[in-house]
Amino acid sequence: MNTQVQTASIARLSVSQRLIAGVLALLIGFVLVGGVGFASDMAIHNGAHDTRHALGFPCH
Amino acid sequence: MKLFQRIFFAAVLAGLAAGLAMSAVQQWRVAPLILAAEVFENAAPEAPAVAEHSHEAGTPAHEHAEAAPAHEHDEDAWAPQDGAERIAYTVLANLLGCIGFAFLLAAVSVLSGIEITARNGVIWGIGGFVALQLAPALGLPPELPGMPAADLVARQVWWVGTALATGAGILAIARLRNWTGIVIAAVLILAPHVIGAPQLVGEHATGVPANLATSFASATLATGALFWLIVGPLFGWLNERFARSSAFALKGAHA
Repeated sequence: MNTQVQTASIARLSVSQRLIAGVLALLIGFVLVGGVGFASDMAIHNGAHDTRHALGFPCH
Repeated sequence: MKLFQRIFFAAVLAGLAAGLAMSAVQQWRVAPLILAAEVFENAAPEAPAVAEHSHEAGTPAHEHAEAAPAHEHDEDAWAPQDGAERIAYTVLANLLGCIGFAFLLAAVSVLSGIEITARNGVIWGIGGFVALQLAPALGLPPELPGMPAADLVARQVWWVGTALATGAGILAIARLRNWTGIVIAAVLILAPHVIGAPQLVGEHATGVPANLATSFASATLATGALFWLIVGPLFGWLNERFARSSAFALKGAHA
């Protein structure tokens, strides 16, 4: 119906709205990717071992 | 919080679906190579990383047993049993990592103000692949277990730096769309490779056959590309759907 308005929705939102949502998403992304790919805890390392190798993270 | 709800659900769903597809191909083409390499890894003598090094004069005597990153298979720490348990943990780690990648795409989109749609999602996927897999792999080829490599922390720092610089370079082109953007991108994307990834010095023998290593490198890049080519358009499609759905739109209107 009004897809043109909708696809431009990000640009129409206030900067603070975008900043909060964007920073939250960035934090979640860093925690997940960092936990899977970089955490030095041995149990996490061993559980995620094959994933680290398969996604090209430096492993050991 | 309409915007955050929208990208949260889009990232979780797109990361899950693309991660599951990637996991299936990974178990088929990548996992057997890891298991095959571990046979050589375990048969080989202890990694030479500790044995082959020299100290500058005056370095105090020190003990290597603790400082050396002993290989995890020799550790007492918990590790999943080979077979179903190991596959389950690998798939779980895949899915968490893939959802994380989707959140990173979402964050870049929201913060830069460039919407991810079903139509431009493939471009986003290619950007993610180049920044988070291809560029780091150019300096640090995907490693099989048992392959000698430089210091872990140095490699991790280079990996993260390369991913950030490459991603920023791609974003510079996407935002500026002019020659300035292209020049900034070229500098950012080339810099990590000019600096160079941490390399091992000297000869380091490995028992892992070369054909396993080359197959592994291409298999990991191909499965990675599959993930990114799915997650980009899927995230864009979900993002647009959620933006249009009245539930999300109404909350935003009253916020």
